[in-house]
Amino acid sequence: MKTFIRLIVLIAPHWKSMLLATVLGFLTVASGVGLMATSAFLIAGAALHPPVLELMKAIVGVRFFGISRAIFRYLERYFAHDATFRVLSRIRVWFYTALEPLVPARLMEYRSGELVSRIMADVGTLEQFYLQVLAPPLVALLVLLGVFAFLAWFGLSLALALLFFFLATAVAVPLGVRALSRGTGRQMVETRSALNTQMVDTVQGMTEIAAFNRAGQQQEQVKALSSKFMDLQGRLAGIRGLSSALVGLLINLAMWSILLLAIPLVNQGKLDGVYLAMLVLGALSSFEAVLPLPMVFQHLEESLAAARRLFAVTDIAPVVRDLPGPSPEPLSYDLRVRGLRFRYAPDEPWAVDGLNFVLPEGDRLAIVGPSGAGKSTLVNLFLRFWDYEEGSISLGEHELKAFSLEDLRRYISVVTQHTYLFNATVRENLLLAKPGAGEEELRQAAREAKIHEFIQSLPRGYDTYVGERGFKLSGGQRQRLAIARALLKNASVLLLDEATAGLDPVTELEVMESIHRLMEGRTTLVITHRLTGLDRMDEILVLERGRIVERGRHQELLEQGGLYRKMWELQNELTPV
Amino acid sequence: MMDKRLMREAGAVRSFLALSVGLGLGTGLLAILQASYLARVVNRVSLEGQSLSGVWPWLYPLLGVIIFRAGLTWMGEVVAHRAAAQIKHALRQRLLAHLLALGPVYAGGERTGELVNALVEGIEALDAYFTRYLPQLALAALVPLAVLGFVFPLDTISGLILLFTAPLIPLFMFLIGRWAESLSQRQWETLSRMSAHFLDVLQGLTTLKIFGRSKSQAEVIGQISSRFRETTLGVLRVAFLSALVLEFLATISTALVAVTVGLRLVYAHIPFEQAFFLLLLAPEFYLPLRLLGSHFHAGLMGVSAAGRIFAILETPLPERKLQGECHLSHDPSFQIAFEDVHYAFEDGARPALQGISFELHSGERVALVGPSGAGKSTAAHLLLQFMAPDRGRITVNGIPLDRIPVEEWRRHIALVPQKPYFFYGTVAENIRLGRPGAALEEVAAAAEQAGAHQFILDLPQGYDTQVGEGGIRLSGGQAQRLAVARAFLKNAPLLILDEATAGLDPVNERLVLEALERLMQGRTALIIAHRLNTVHRADRIIVLERGRVAETGRHKELIEQQGVYHRLIAAFGGAG
Repeated sequence: MKTFIRLIVLIAPHWKSMLLATVLGFLTVASGVGLMATSAFLIAGAALHPPVLELMKAIVGVRFFGISRAIFRYLERYFAHDATFRVLSRIRVWFYTALEPLVPARLMEYRSGELVSRIMADVGTLEQFYLQVLAPPLVALLVLLGVFAFLAWFGLSLALALLFFFLATAVAVPLGVRALSRGTGRQMVETRSALNTQMVDTVQGMTEIAAFNRAGQQQEQVKALSSKFMDLQGRLAGIRGLSSALVGLLINLAMWSILLLAIPLVNQGKLDGVYLAMLVLGALSSFEAVLPLPMVFQHLEESLAAARRLFAVTDIAPVVRDLPGPSPEPLSYDLRVRGLRFRYAPDEPWAVDGLNFVLPEGDRLAIVGPSGAGKSTLVNLFLRFWDYEEGSISLGEHELKAFSLEDLRRYISVVTQHTYLFNATVRENLLLAKPGAGEEELRQAAREAKIHEFIQSLPRGYDTYVGERGFKLSGGQRQRLAIARALLKNASVLLLDEATAGLDPVTELEVMESIHRLMEGRTTLVITHRLTGLDRMDEILVLERGRIVERGRHQELLEQGGLYRKMWELQNELTPV
Repeated sequence: MMDKRLMREAGAVRSFLALSVGLGLGTGLLAILQASYLARVVNRVSLEGQSLSGVWPWLYPLLGVIIFRAGLTWMGEVVAHRAAAQIKHALRQRLLAHLLALGPVYAGGERTGELVNALVEGIEALDAYFTRYLPQLALAALVPLAVLGFVFPLDTISGLILLFTAPLIPLFMFLIGRWAESLSQRQWETLSRMSAHFLDVLQGLTTLKIFGRSKSQAEVIGQISSRFRETTLGVLRVAFLSALVLEFLATISTALVAVTVGLRLVYAHIPFEQAFFLLLLAPEFYLPLRLLGSHFHAGLMGVSAAGRIFAILETPLPERKLQGECHLSHDPSFQIAFEDVHYAFEDGARPALQGISFELHSGERVALVGPSGAGKSTAAHLLLQFMAPDRGRITVNGIPLDRIPVEEWRRHIALVPQKPYFFYGTVAENIRLGRPGAALEEVAAAAEQAGAHQFILDLPQGYDTQVGEGGIRLSGGQAQRLAVARAFLKNAPLLILDEATAGLDPVNERLVLEALERLMQGRTALIIAHRLNTVHRADRIIVLERGRVAETGRHKELIEQQGVYHRLIAAFGGAG
């Protein structure tokens, strides 16, 4: 219920368009009721052979409703979509605004893509909230009120009968069906997801399936699941069929009961016989508003589940906040780390545990160490994706926390292992780094990153879409684009986070050359587990379990014969020198 | 919109579909009967002044018809679903079998998502096509005809009104409907593009943050969705005209029947009971046509899903020139030869191998090296019979490879790929892929040899820990050692190591290399690598460049030649 109210509050700003669409929905059904009721009245009246003039009102009514229904239906569809699109826009902006401060600190698993696709599905479900959940019951309620009043005018018992059957079809049947199908439904969801997993396994694990001769077995497993799924679907179809049969039955029983109640009224003279056909047909056609209701419960549950998941994300408090007031101007680009300790959660071990080092402006510092030594944590702290608890990091004599997030990141260029390229043109992807950059500036950066010629060779040059049909970038090309971005951004501090990992040695060497160009004149921090190109570093820190275990220049460290030496040997053992 | 291929599928469950249509028709006839009883009761009460007891003889049958009608509706739904379920089940099996036959080269890479989508969503999209659209297509013709059969004997004018408006509905539906559908289809594409942008922004949020562009994106998203709303509504304004026209035809004809019948009733040209009966029939007449309209979309979805499904099913399987099967002798030693092998992707557009020849003898370690894209993995895939050479041939002990049954051949090979895939299941089950039915001790022994036993025991549930979808995530080094364990368990004489240590950090790489070293003892191995520290000890190194063999020899010899290999080594060493 709380989720429901929050959801309503979220989309409430668009109540006007939703109300308009609801009223139009009501008028559509009402016109249908009016058409059948006045038609019946016209025929019943005509049977008494009155002068034609007396029937004029009824004839006009019939024609009016015959036309108005189509018009209302049209308007209703139009404005219902208008309302839906407004809700959609609202939900996306709301969600994005709430998510933005959380990434990536609070959503560690965010990179995996699973979370993102789940979020997309949930947002998609909520976008239909008005159309599938809110509108049908509201329309049905308005119709019920109108037709109830209409029938009550002729006899309260008729109106009560309508109310009874209306509620039975709108509420009792859906609830009953839900209770009946609950077990089967859950089993079906499980079977379906197991089946999907099998399908994904089959396609993605095809190499293993083929290499290990498992095709037959895989097919058998899928077949068994598919059969089970088919049985469950059949059972559920039985229940759904029962539901639609019951709805039809109740609608006709409503008609029958109203007939049964009205006949004595006619006999007793309390009701003019000429109205009998009108009342029966009017009541019957009002049930049109009930037909979409059985699905509402299902959509409601889905919407609430989706909303609950999204609220769970948006309710998370961001880990970093901007301090009030303007950011300081850094006096220099010296980076100073003193007594730095950080852990991701109070019950976790320290990820970095008492680090001290200085990176003077213009120098190059490398941080190396095995996986899990705390290297990535440092990157996260420098970029203020997280805030450190103990110790200090300062940039040009100012504490990192004193800078606003956006200002701080303006001073730092980052090239990481996973360069994200947006589904936009090459140009747009580059301009991200400097929106106002001119054409020549762009080309110059690309040239320096040695990617200009490749871009020129693309069918539409700089205006080729990344990921467009057939245009796939290799790892080396992606990294070059990232370097071009960094060149364009032209920040004073450069952060290289495993920038050449995963490239083959030839490409690695080439990309490394471009990176050296990029480092020129910049304060550079290199994070890597590959010990390549480190002889050019002014200092190397060897990190293990969050602590600095060795420090010095490449040659010194090799001579020391410690962890660095060991890693170096492991990496190069089989490579002849 | 009768997809021929879907109709062929429907043939298998012809009787169910016919029954479903028959039940639908029965329901329609009962509706007519219901209308006639209702008309009779109302006539007797309101015009003839009969009391309740006087009309019971019609009220009871009316109740009976109502109940019977509900029963038929139920049965109709059940039967329709049965038909659809069988078609879906059969098609899913066929699609899967075809995919398995097409193999990993077809199913790999970019296509994965699309294939999973066709197998899962695609098949389910057929449900509405067979349960709703197809039966309704028949009923939209049959039920109105049945209604007309009752209307014409009673009143020709009403009959003519219905008869002339009826064809207009399907006509408009297909004329406007198609056009409107393509309009709104285009809009939905815009919507999905917009969603793609939203997804893109969410996925690249960290990057946006680094460039200080994340906050302003909220506004961009708002603007894009507003613009989308405006343009879409502009289009929908037109597209919804089809709804207007269809609704208008149905209501205005009902109104027309009511007015003409009413007017003739005034002059006593027609009795009331008949007039009322006609009025009741008019909506029943249009109902099936309108239902068809509302299932139109389901029909379209079904056809487009069918397009995707049959595109896969109609992909020809690689031809195998089976000029008589040959079997390998039980002799443990064998000799593999690549003879001038060519292979190209995309129907020859992208050559991968351009005539390579080499031999692999029992007990030998041969390394294939070369820069990315040189054709190393293609050679391995050909050897695994994932595909067949375009030209040239591969022989085993002199027998052409394509004459050895695929399954038999693959029993002799264990593969350790760069990115091993783990199926939904436990660690033990995943290792057991190497030899189904192996006892847990054997699994553990294999894991021990692969250097995986210890970390497996450290997992939350040891060998019973779930991996794969929804299970725990393994690190690269762990995954690789599990793949080695699979290979140990399989105990095949020929090993293919396809970039088995790529992307690992030095410590993990060391562990995996040690495991591989043990694995290669006493086995024949084809090692594929772009990182060169794995191939140093190979008996022979074959250097591929642009699909051709550039050099062959031992490490030392190649270094001395100062050729491609030397360049590669220089790059690797120089970087190090």
